[in-house]
Amino acid sequence: MKNLFTFLWKYKFFFLFVLLEVFAVLLLVKNSYYQGSVILKSTNGITGNIHSFYTNITDYLALRQANRILAEENAEFYNKLPGSFIKTDTSTFFIYDTLYMQRYKYVAAKVISNSTSRRNNYLMLNKGKVHGIAKEMAVITPGGIVGQVIEVSDHFCSVMSVLNMHSKISVKLKNSKQIGTLIWNGENYRTGTMTDIPSHTQLTLGDTVITSGFSYIFPEGVNIGTVEDYRIRSRDNFYTADINYAVDYNRVYHVFVVKNLQQDEIIELEEAERKY
Amino acid sequence: MIGKNIIRYVLLVAFQVLILNNINLGSYIYPAVYVYFILLLPFETAGWVLLLSSFTLGLSIDFFSNTLGLNAAASVFMAFCRPGALKLLKSKREYEPGIQPGIKDMGFQWFFFYTLILVVLHHSVMFFLEVFSFTEIRQTIYRIGMSSATTLILVFVFQFLFTKQDKT
Repeated sequence: MKNLFTFLWKYKFFFLFVLLEVFAVLLLVKNSYYQGSVILKSTNGITGNIHSFYTNITDYLALRQANRILAEENAEFYNKLPGSFIKTDTSTFFIYDTLYMQRYKYVAAKVISNSTSRRNNYLMLNKGKVHGIAKEMAVITPGGIVGQVIEVSDHFCSVMSVLNMHSKISVKLKNSKQIGTLIWNGENYRTGTMTDIPSHTQLTLGDTVITSGFSYIFPEGVNIGTVEDYRIRSRDNFYTADINYAVDYNRVYHVFVVKNLQQDEIIELEEAERKY
Repeated sequence: MIGKNIIRYVLLVAFQVLILNNINLGSYIYPAVYVYFILLLPFETAGWVLLLSSFTLGLSIDFFSNTLGLNAAASVFMAFCRPGALKLLKSKREYEPGIQPGIKDMGFQWFFFYTLILVVLHHSVMFFLEVFSFTEIRQTIYRIGMSSATTLILVFVFQFLFTKQDKT
C-alpha cells in the first residue's frame, strides 16, 4: 500500500493530468448535445446573464439592420392580413369554426451569443423555461431556419445551429417536392449540403429548398436557401447539392422559437410505431 | 506575481469570450488566444498548479461558448506538454526563478518555437475532439493550421503590446 502511494506521488503530475483529461472528455461526451447536464444548466444562468449584459451594449451596433428586418417582416405580415385580400369567390364564406386548430406557437427571442467559425456552432437566446421554451423546439428567423433548442435554463436556452455536424434536418425541394437531408460540412458558413436527393429528380440551379415538415420540430415550408451546385457520386443513386443559405448566420439578432403544440402526440405515435 | 497572473487570467477569458468569439474570421479560423495565460506562467510553477489552472481556464471558456469540456481538455493537454517542451527547447539561459517566459527574457526565437509547439498541440486536441472523427481529416488539419497561425500572431501582438513598458 505504501509502495502504491509512493508510486502515485512520484508520478503525480502524470496522474493528475490523466484525471483532469478524462474528466474533461467525459464532460464533453456527456454534454455534446441531447444529454442534459446539471452543471451546464446551473452555469447557463450565470454565463447567460453576462452575455445578455454584453449584448445590451453591443445591440446598438446592429440596430439599423434589425430595424430593416423588422420592417420587412411587418410588411409581410400585413400582406397576410385578411384586410389585404378582396373576396373573389362569393359562393363561400369564412366562418370562425373549429376546423382550424392552432399547431404552432411563436415566441420572439433575442440572440445573446452566437458563433459561426467552429465546426459545431451554438447560439444562446434570452428566453427560457419561464417563457415556455423547452428542448427540441425549432428556431427560425423571418428569412429562414436557424436551428433547434437543445438545452433550457430558467431564463435562457441553448440552440444547436444548422452550422453543426450533429444537425440533420429533413428538407425538400420546393418545385419537385423531393425530400432530402440538410447537413453542414463545416467548410463555409454560407453553404450547406443537401444529401439523398433521388437521381431521377430534375434539379435546377436556383431551386428553393424548404423544410419538409416531416419532423415534429420544424414547421413545413420554412425557407432554407437555394441550390447553388449539385453533383452525383459514382456508384451512388443520389444527388448531393450545395445549398446557399438564405440567412447570414453571422448576423442573426432576433429570432422566433417555434413550439409545436402537437409534438407530444406525434412522439407518442412514433413510439408506438417502433413496437411493430 | 500571483496577482498579476490572476488579472491576466480574467482579462484573457473576457477578451476571448466577449470580443474574439464574436469576430467572424471565416469558417476555419478560431483563435484560442487565452492559452497565452498558460504560456506565460512562471517556470517555477508547480505541476499541479499548472494543470489545475489550465483546467479551470479551459472550463471558464467552455462555460461561455457552450462546449463544456472541449477547451478544458485541450488546455490540460497543453499544460501537460509544457514541461516537455521546456526540456526540448534548451536555451542559453537557465530556467531560474525570476525569469519569465517571453521574448524579453528568453529571446524571440526561443519564444516563437515554444509558442508554436504548444499552440499547435492545443489546437490539434481541440479541433480533433470537436469533430470526434478522422473522416474530415484534411479539413481539420487545415483548420488547425489556420487557427494556430492566427493564435500565434495574436500571442506575439500581446507580447509586443504588453511587455514594452516593463523595460523602462
